[in-house]
Amino acid sequence: MRKNSRLPNLHNLGIHLRILLIVNLLAAITAVLFSKQLNDFLPLLAELSAVVQPILLLSMLSLYALFPLINKWHYWQGIVAILLLEIGLTFLVFTFFNQLFLFETIPNTYRACLLSAIVTGIVFYYFHLQQRAYSPAIAEARLQALQARIRPHFLFNSINAVLSLIRSQPKRAEAALEDMADLFRVLMADNRDLVPLAQEIALCRQYLALEKLRLEERLKVTWQIDDMPPDALIPPLILQPLLENAVYHGIEPMTDGGEIIVTIYTRHKELHISINNPYAAQNQHLTGNKMALKNIKERLSLHFDLEAALRTTAKQNRYDVHIRLPLTR
Amino acid sequence: MLTILIADDEAPARNRLRDLLGNIAEMHIVAEAKNGKQAIDLAIQTKPDLMLLDIRMPLMDGIEAAQHAQKLEPKPHIIFTTAFDAYAIKAFDLNAIDYLLKPIRLERLQTAIDKAQALKPKQIEALKPLQKIRSHFSIHERGRVILIPVEQVIYLRAELKYITVRTVEREYLIEESLTHLETEFGERFLRLHRNCLVAPLFITGYEKRLNEANEERWVALLKGVSETVAISRRQQHLVRET
Repeated sequence: MRKNSRLPNLHNLGIHLRILLIVNLLAAITAVLFSKQLNDFLPLLAELSAVVQPILLLSMLSLYALFPLINKWHYWQGIVAILLLEIGLTFLVFTFFNQLFLFETIPNTYRACLLSAIVTGIVFYYFHLQQRAYSPAIAEARLQALQARIRPHFLFNSINAVLSLIRSQPKRAEAALEDMADLFRVLMADNRDLVPLAQEIALCRQYLALEKLRLEERLKVTWQIDDMPPDALIPPLILQPLLENAVYHGIEPMTDGGEIIVTIYTRHKELHISINNPYAAQNQHLTGNKMALKNIKERLSLHFDLEAALRTTAKQNRYDVHIRLPLTR
Repeated sequence: MLTILIADDEAPARNRLRDLLGNIAEMHIVAEAKNGKQAIDLAIQTKPDLMLLDIRMPLMDGIEAAQHAQKLEPKPHIIFTTAFDAYAIKAFDLNAIDYLLKPIRLERLQTAIDKAQALKPKQIEALKPLQKIRSHFSIHERGRVILIPVEQVIYLRAELKYITVRTVEREYLIEESLTHLETEFGERFLRLHRNCLVAPLFITGYEKRLNEANEERWVALLKGVSETVAISRRQQHLVRET
């Protein structure tokens, strides 16, 4: 969790998109402010863009390149460095254009540098505010509210399964109750810190063992996790609720059951998790599904902001949930 | 001696019910089913006094099975079972429909069996909102009950007081309203004509033919049967859309 102010992740596409948007928005507002008539707006915007876009482009490239370096410094040192960078780039671009005599009216270079510093200030203040909105206190409170809820359906079905085994297979019933205790301990715990992937997988296996008690051969699970990094840190209870959905919506409605495929791998410093299950359009009540997905999306966003994503696809009788998040160790 | 049919898709649940019923005197389990369709098929053969139906089963759930069971003679008593379904439980409570919560307790099972009765018409009506789209039609014919999967139905045609259900093999008669069927099944059937709902998957093409009044009208050609379905003038646009 972020506890102190930190620079936004300047290696993240979402962050750069936001910078682009804000700066261009400010340019458009400036054009509006200085247009005496409607006809003036576009030419004015074009003139502004002619200087703004090169500076913007150079800035984004420099920020991307320099991020690993300035990220190591204190926050305020980083901000000052960025301000100086922007002023420097503005100065360079304006001097360049001045030499080329490209424009009739070149605004004063020093004024441009000042404006550039102000715009940079606005952009990074925006990111600072955004971080505050996701501040530890607020985020933790929200995370607490989003605690994964135990689905009653699963609870009572498990108890029922155990009861049915108690006389005929007492050892199996005993193991099942132990699995249930572990599972519910996690479900009811304070789940705000990241946990190792291996731990989440172990929990999922326990959950699936319980479901197998009542579904037997109808439930088949394939784990494609040979390349998964077991020590990667993920928010807890990302995987288990998705498996619960897969069982409830994908396996239970099928007379002969089906197969759930769990795939985990890394690519480009990101962790990818995919859960794939059978899907029959006419059998779906999607309401329960949506709640769990919304909960997971929100928790991913609280932990990783734009750097995590969840995507669902339904095609060819299979339903797929694909999660992408930064690889953290 | 009470004859009982158990229906639940999960073996452990059936095992538990079997064990519990073994503890109650004069109970005889005549059949065990994994889904609603099997429950009705077995009920036709074994004619149980009481059916214990899990409301959540694949292929055909307990609610739909209970509705088809109304055509059995004699009508069996029905008790629903559920692990948790707030919506259904509310409907049951409101309409005094008997149900058991899983895990089932022996005493509660005993009490429910003592109280069990056949569902009354008002209760059947109350079950309708809980029902997803039907998976089968049930036909009551010469003392038998026949279940027809909805995917096998080519068309539903309204006659005077009945609806003809046409599959490749033959026709059946049911007593329902075509408009209600249209509402229930939505896109699964096209209303090509005021008196006919046709399954799109069975339409092989469209043709212009002369009708009895020697006028040219579009008809839909059907897979597996020789007859065609006339398309009303108001619905001609459906032909152009394909």
